[in-house]
Amino acid sequence: MKNVKAMYSLVPILIFLLIWEMVARFKFIPGHFFFPPFTVVIQEFYHLIANGVLIDNFLSSLRRVLIGLFAGSTAGIVVGILMGYEERIHKIAHPIFSLFYPIPALGWLPILMLWFGISEILPVMIIFICSFFPILYNTVTGIRGVNKDFIKSAQSLGASEWKILTTVVVPLALPGIFTGLRLEAGMAWRVIIAAEMVAIPTGIGALLMRAESLLRIDIVIVCLIVLAVMCFTFEKFFIYVEYKLTHKWI
Amino acid sequence: MPDIRLKKINNFVCRDINLKIVEGEFFVLWGSTGAGKTTLLNIIAGFVEYEGSVLFNDVPVDGVPVSLRKMGYLFQHLALFPHLDVRSNVAYGLNIQKRPKKEVEAKTDELLDLMEISQLAHRYPKNLSGGEKQRVALARAVISSPKIMLLDEPLNSLDFDTAGRLRAKIQQFHRKSGVTTIYVTHCFEEAFALADRVAVLNDGKIVQIDRPENVLEKTECRMVTERVACECHKKDQFIGCNY
Repeated sequence: MKNVKAMYSLVPILIFLLIWEMVARFKFIPGHFFFPPFTVVIQEFYHLIANGVLIDNFLSSLRRVLIGLFAGSTAGIVVGILMGYEERIHKIAHPIFSLFYPIPALGWLPILMLWFGISEILPVMIIFICSFFPILYNTVTGIRGVNKDFIKSAQSLGASEWKILTTVVVPLALPGIFTGLRLEAGMAWRVIIAAEMVAIPTGIGALLMRAESLLRIDIVIVCLIVLAVMCFTFEKFFIYVEYKLTHKWI
Repeated sequence: MPDIRLKKINNFVCRDINLKIVEGEFFVLWGSTGAGKTTLLNIIAGFVEYEGSVLFNDVPVDGVPVSLRKMGYLFQHLALFPHLDVRSNVAYGLNIQKRPKKEVEAKTDELLDLMEISQLAHRYPKNLSGGEKQRVALARAVISSPKIMLLDEPLNSLDFDTAGRLRAKIQQFHRKSGVTTIYVTHCFEEAFALADRVAVLNDGKIVQIDRPENVLEKTECRMVTERVACECHKKDQFIGCNY
């Protein structure tokens, strides 16, 4: 039954690809748009994998996203837990973070380029900033949203502050924490592509810019497909982990 | 088991409360909604700020954190941890004290049996009925062998039969353990059927403390008079009723 449902969800995609192929083959789109058929894009996809160009650039982007997202989300969760649980820390840190939060991650690019130059630190820092603030605020919201009765209940059972935090507050804040992780997992890919397009010579974003300068729309579309698949995969990964951790009790 | 004394307790709800609850007593705080019953219970537990002094066995505990007061507290809304199954909820108090695994297992099994919830051990709170949740909460509150039991309207929102069964469990536990118990309720029949002594609260003040039969005979409060007037013909029934 599940397989049949999955098959049904593929039907619209197949129809979309068929229309794409027909539109390009029968030249419904004017020539100056350089619009390639889907089959040509797939051929180019294969060539880019076979000659290693796509794999190399993909791995560069993937490494940056993983390191930046891991560091940003770890820092966001730790600081978020402290801010959410300890009112004094919240009072001190909230005004400071509120100043920086509205700045878009790519807005930091010029200053980071001046500080770190064109190096691997630059994209990792961009992803760190991009993921840190939203995960921080979602964690704070999750922690502060935990019903105080659960905390009082744990206190009355003899739990120390540390035990209350680790065995009650953080587990109950998981849905909030995962909201941040889920959103930022996809956002990290969008931001790294943008950063690589502007300032970094390797990665999927850089490949996309090179393809654009050579009028290779097929390669551009290959890069966009990779981006879409990675955003989708990362978001789905966190949805899966959240489900595994919380579905029994939510 | 400690006796409990409250000396000149005042806060945003309670006014000039002086009270002594003797060792092993089943003491009921009775009053209407907003009378200050839960606040007084929270003062004894250490959850709210107050002026005056709370003493356990004549030792002030005003600066002692809640977690060190060695109480069992059954909350009105139960506050079962939704992310833990029944077994883990019941065993929580022992697990955080890092008691030996065998001891935790044995004590948890004993309480699951006593409360007749062994078959629910692996269910999560969201899949329990109201009465089942109450029994889990009671098992969790008593597992660490508390010296004082605080019960905040534990039979509230339960149907007649379930409330009767749970009340019997509470009485059974009290008789067996001899724990000093403070029981909050707004239910007239419940208060007078369970209590060794009753304190009648009104508007943050204790207006009468006595044995239930004396409160009924020589009532000093208009609130009690009104209830007695409308229910006195049932007196014998509710004194001995099964709820």
